[in-house]
Amino acid sequence: MKLTREQVLHVAELAHLELSEAEVELYARQLDSILAYVEKLNQLDTSQVEPMAQVLSGEAAEVNPALREDRHSPSSVVEDVLSVAPDPSQPYFRVPRVIER
Amino acid sequence: MTSAGWTVPSIRAALEAKQVSARELTREFLARIEQRNPALNAYLIQSAERAYAQANRIDAMVARGDPLPPLAGMPVAVKDVISTRGIRTTCGSRILESYLPPYDATAVTRLEAAGAVILGKTNCDEFAMGSSNENSAYGPVRNPVAPDRVPGGSSGGSAAAVAAGLAVAALGTDTGGSIRQPGAFCGIPAIMGTYGRVSRYGLIAFASSLDRIGPFATTVRDTAAVLEVIAGPDPLDSTCANVPVPAYSAELDRPVRGLRIGIPREYFGEGMDPTVRRKVGAGTKLLESLGCQRVELRMPHTDYAIATYYILATAEASSNLARYDGVRFGLRVPGATLLDTYKKTRGRGFGAEVKRRIMLGTYALSSGYYEAYYLKAQKVRTLITRDFLEAFSRVDAIVTPTSPCAAFRLGERTADPLQMYLADIYTVTGSLAGVPGMSVPCGKTEEGLPVGLQIFGPHFGESRVLQLAHAFEQAGGFTV
Repeated sequence: MKLTREQVLHVAELAHLELSEAEVELYARQLDSILAYVEKLNQLDTSQVEPMAQVLSGEAAEVNPALREDRHSPSSVVEDVLSVAPDPSQPYFRVPRVIER
Repeated sequence: MTSAGWTVPSIRAALEAKQVSARELTREFLARIEQRNPALNAYLIQSAERAYAQANRIDAMVARGDPLPPLAGMPVAVKDVISTRGIRTTCGSRILESYLPPYDATAVTRLEAAGAVILGKTNCDEFAMGSSNENSAYGPVRNPVAPDRVPGGSSGGSAAAVAAGLAVAALGTDTGGSIRQPGAFCGIPAIMGTYGRVSRYGLIAFASSLDRIGPFATTVRDTAAVLEVIAGPDPLDSTCANVPVPAYSAELDRPVRGLRIGIPREYFGEGMDPTVRRKVGAGTKLLESLGCQRVELRMPHTDYAIATYYILATAEASSNLARYDGVRFGLRVPGATLLDTYKKTRGRGFGAEVKRRIMLGTYALSSGYYEAYYLKAQKVRTLITRDFLEAFSRVDAIVTPTSPCAAFRLGERTADPLQMYLADIYTVTGSLAGVPGMSVPCGKTEEGLPVGLQIFGPHFGESRVLQLAHAFEQAGGFTV
């Protein structure tokens, strides 16, 4: 397979990454070689195999007890969280304008 | 391997006998960091104020004659991907260069509740992505055993700090080998518990289905003592297993005679350094001499683990690292529009390896490729896990090398990312399967470089792993 320059730019766009010209060239080459390597997974027939998201679910869960119930509870962290924001404006994060008047 | 001889039991005895105070011990270690860290670059941040405040609390307890908590006065280091309230947590990245977490990770809270003294935060590959610590935005860490060589990664700073005697124990994190491999390279024991054994609350996420926190120390007994403290259910992490924690330390001396140890053929194939092969061979012989029964195993999907891991880990990373966009925390590089701000912030804030993995993961999850890559890898993960479940129906533990080679030279493997990924060949399997894994020193090469022996146990079988490691250590396995 060959990863095209357009594909690399498309992925960078999806990932919200600004890349230099040199990076586009480098990643095209390196990702191509990594993707060629991972092709080996196609040697395996997985048509009858369930996907596994993580070990606390699925087949391995038989030896692994269930997760706790997911419940919401109140917290009061707004000030703490905003204190480390680049541009806070209580109780919000401020960003460049996104709506044209 | 030296922490000036300090271990959990020796610190406790010295405090109780009033031969040393926690404050003196803290000062001794901070002075040693001052002296040796400039050459090693193991610590990124020191937290002297917080350390002395904690030491004072311990000394007050000693003065009052209060019973001391299990890790009283123990000087420890914490990998800089683990949140510490009010103490900078950079993840080895420019994008979090000045980030002050508003809360402590559960593992940190539990360490301090157990009396440990946190000396500072240790260097690591950026967002824990790497096998050599060369991906840190703050410079590489040098291996204290051989300064021209890497300490391993990604928890290289934690491993180097303990191996150089700049901490008695340290927390690291392991996603594909990042505790076990640096433990092997620096010649110290290090354990990763079962997935979900230790709360991930406050661990800054790389790949959530794989990330685990675990300790480095200089003795197996000390790793057991630290793991025992940080493990266990936590309401703040929904993926933390609701399973009681055995008394690892108390169970450490149980006999290993009669235990069946599996030797999987796939872990002794081509590409292994001959000295590593010889040393690990001697290590397994030693375990047999202790009465363990050797069982030859096949784990047929081992060879697919690296490919599976690098799809799943990068896919999860691309999603987890989407949060670094210059809005809520960390660096912001202003752009003309919001989208432009995101792109500039991320383009400049992340280093080369992080961007490479975000790109790979985004590609694997993108429309038209999701089934071919991500879903396929999730299915192969099931097969790799089955290899382990089947093996553990026949054996009590699996013994392998930790890494196919000893510590390599700085810069030796940075040119080709795929070659660097292949260094994780023996560790990523256990990461995918979620089983506990430990690396213990197993002799040295002719050049004096440490070799690591890896022990896997079944899910929640940390106690068995620690017993074997302890028996191995007592029998002289560390210098086999």
